Amino acid sequence: MKQNTSMEKDLEIRSQDAMCVNESQLSHKWYHNIKYAVVGIFFGVIFVKSEAISWFRIQEMFRLQSFHMYGIIGSAVIVGIVSLWLIRKFNIKTIYGEPIHVSPKKFNKGQIYGGLIFGLGWAATGACPGPLFAQIGAGATVIALTLLSAIAGTWVYGFFREKLPH
Amino acid sequence: MIKMLHLLKQPWPWYVAGPLIGLTVPALLLLGNKSFGISSSLRHICASCMPANIPFFKYDWKKEAWNLFFICGILLGGMLTVKLLGDPNPVSVNPTLAKELAGYGITDYRNLIPEDIMNWRSLFTLKGFLLMIPGGFLVGFGSRYAGGCTSGHAIMGLSNLQWASLVATVCFMIGGFIMANLILPLILSL
Repeated sequence: MKQNTSMEKDLEIRSQDAMCVNESQLSHKWYHNIKYAVVGIFFGVIFVKSEAISWFRIQEMFRLQSFHMYGIIGSAVIVGIVSLWLIRKFNIKTIYGEPIHVSPKKFNKGQIYGGLIFGLGWAATGACPGPLFAQIGAGATVIALTLLSAIAGTWVYGFFREKLPH
Repeated sequence: MIKMLHLLKQPWPWYVAGPLIGLTVPALLLLGNKSFGISSSLRHICASCMPANIPFFKYDWKKEAWNLFFICGILLGGMLTVKLLGDPNPVSVNPTLAKELAGYGITDYRNLIPEDIMNWRSLFTLKGFLLMIPGGFLVGFGSRYAGGCTSGHAIMGLSNLQWASLVATVCFMIGGFIMANLILPLILSL
């Protein structure tokens, strides 16, 4: 019982702002995670080939000079909405037979302050966290330092979290 | 086959890339109930390497190991694309942007990032430093403060019709417009 509470607490802490807390009740060996690396590989290829991780494309987007990035994000969201709707409508399960659950996002002021701060960084570096990894892979090795700086930013947020308005 | 490969080597149009990115949402859910989101990986790296007794980093990050596999995959995907599907042509951008950037001495379009101002040597110039290091810091700090980045909020959150994610996405865009149009010209003039 005691262990159970500590597990719940752990989930609670992880779900603070984290996107990926959908807790599967199943425990798997580590190599089950390889399938996510495969999805990641496809994702990295799409990122590079669509130029969505190009600094230049991001500049175009924020100057309203091209539809490209809006088309990518817009069509991705539409496909996402339809897929989630289909999953719910037909009660589709995971490949392990678990019901699919997506946790809702609670509003807090962090989405405004943090969102604005993130936007500034996005336009400066031309990358959000995913593209940072793809850019490094694609040979822009100096971006490894940008990634380290982003990790430092995450850490500093964690350090000051209780003092920041949310 | 060669024709197909040639086609794949071209930049992919938005109506191919966008829906494929959208399919990541159901793919991760079907494979194991995972919500698409990338910036969380930065938090897991903090939690695994230097939790420093900060409550925000005191959790069992191993349970989120899938996210770290996912980002390693993205990195590998980037490598593979350059090796196998590399496009020899530079990225073609709106002529207005090209003209503006040329004014700042940015003319090299061969890479994903502007080689003229973002490389190992320019790290020691003021503008290169500002773009890469404080820029990266803002990405990491802001995305965690907002509770997600473009993938977690703009794609996953909007797909799930979450108001909070719409607010976050709008703020991402406002921040981006401010940086690109008001602050970046000052930095690039340095």
